[in-house]
Amino acid sequence: MSFEVLDGGMLALLQDPGRYGYQHIGVTTGGPMDEHAFRWANRLLANPPEAAQIEINIGKLSLLAHEDTCIALTGADLGAQINGEAAAPWHTYQIHRGDRIEFGMPVAGLRAYLAVAGGLKPTVKLGSCATVVREGLGGLDGRGQKLAKGDCIGFDRSHPKTMASLPAGEIPDYNQDLHIGVIPSYQYAHFSAGERMKFFTGCYEVSQRIDRMGYRLTGDPIHSELDGIISEGIAYGAIQVPSDGQPIVLMKDRQTIGGYPKIGCLSALDAGQLAQRGPGTRIRFYLADVAEAEAQRAIFNHKLETFKPSLAGP
Amino acid sequence: MIIEAVNESTYIVYFGDRISDDIAGQVKRATEAIRQNLSDLVIDLVPSYTSVLVCYDANRTDRFGIASRLRKALSEGEQEAPDESASSTIELPVYYGDEVGLDLDEVCDYSGLSRDEVVRIHSEQTYRVYAIGFSPGFAYLGITDQRIALPRKATPRQKIPTGSVGIAGSQTAIYPSATPGGWQIVGRTPQRMIDWDSDSLALVSVGDRVRFRSIDRQEYLDLGGSLDEF
Repeated sequence: MSFEVLDGGMLALLQDPGRYGYQHIGVTTGGPMDEHAFRWANRLLANPPEAAQIEINIGKLSLLAHEDTCIALTGADLGAQINGEAAAPWHTYQIHRGDRIEFGMPVAGLRAYLAVAGGLKPTVKLGSCATVVREGLGGLDGRGQKLAKGDCIGFDRSHPKTMASLPAGEIPDYNQDLHIGVIPSYQYAHFSAGERMKFFTGCYEVSQRIDRMGYRLTGDPIHSELDGIISEGIAYGAIQVPSDGQPIVLMKDRQTIGGYPKIGCLSALDAGQLAQRGPGTRIRFYLADVAEAEAQRAIFNHKLETFKPSLAGP
Repeated sequence: MIIEAVNESTYIVYFGDRISDDIAGQVKRATEAIRQNLSDLVIDLVPSYTSVLVCYDANRTDRFGIASRLRKALSEGEQEAPDESASSTIELPVYYGDEVGLDLDEVCDYSGLSRDEVVRIHSEQTYRVYAIGFSPGFAYLGITDQRIALPRKATPRQKIPTGSVGIAGSQTAIYPSATPGGWQIVGRTPQRMIDWDSDSLALVSVGDRVRFRSIDRQEYLDLGGSLDEF
């Protein structure tokens, strides 16, 4: 009962919600770059929310199914095909022994999620299978490797077949520019009114320098009155501003502490939307607050809870 | 102390705005108090020099619920007398030999002291663990005697061997794994700083005290030390 990896593609990683409880010894959380797509993939299959999935970054992953099962595809449209037929994201698909699931290149978004009914069964390291290549933690064998040709990813047999799709209104358009809220926190007070005005009225572009640690943006440089700060814990979505004035949004594989001034923080869901954007996408920020981020999360949780996948027979 | 929201699942607590042993002690006590009292809500804690980042489960509480419990736990933690006996001093054997002390000569040049004096100064004091980060188990220790407080290298090395003991200005640290780095390397410990297969994982925690014990080549090898370049 497994998927065999025929081609590991650009960067396909096993992920669960992340490795929590070890940041005090410098171990980052990892986890899905886009929580929205990850949570929906498990929800479409009625999986536990923490069930492990494959995060396909950029594309080119190719899998061979060694057993019948049911999968959900969410997140980016990477031109996926099942046995040569197009398989759009935000749907579940029946998979039969011998089927090939192949991803192409990005059509919309950068990161696709493949969940399997009942969840994948990888090695758990420090409570999680989240793959952090830099730290050598997580993944199929626990040593932080990305998926590669020959890997066999196990899953359980005999789960009910689920036919489900996300309502069209809930599907994000990753080709759209982003306008996202920034929670003023950390060293916000150390950016002058003029610098804040520049930040919130300017337009930033996603640069080429983006990865699972951070998203470097380019645009009108902004400066804090501080050169550096005493290193402190970095939250997911924090926006640090080094001396060149170009903001860096810190993502799932970020270092746990850092010494650059930070103007604020994105909500987790907004950081996930940023993670689907590639170089050249325009990003604008508005001044938000924690209450708005809490409300956004509550609405998302409510949609997940009230969603009803239709269950077909076993 | 200042408690500030960072995002919808994170608070940061600041205890001061300068690096000091006293504030490091407050950070350690606060971390322990939060761990003891809020384990049902807190999913991660990141103590550092002057602050503690508190990550909580936003599905089980909101920012008001966690803030009031944080305040309560921290005020109780403050009242407790500093208990330094609980803060163990960890002794780390270090071989300060030519083969592994890659930058000892630079430290000697900088300080105008002999090798023996540099080693004596580095190993005779007790350090505090101020923060852990950069890579898993990388502990920032302070405060280095200013006579040997050589700044970082202008060009970092591509790879620093596991166990290397380095100096960067007022800080000193052990590389728990082979990573790139710019610290001035004075020796190497045979002790494993991080071990994913042990229960404790990391040998030191933020707030602990550390002493280096100078050992000779034979003891270093007997303790399993490696002279390899990487």
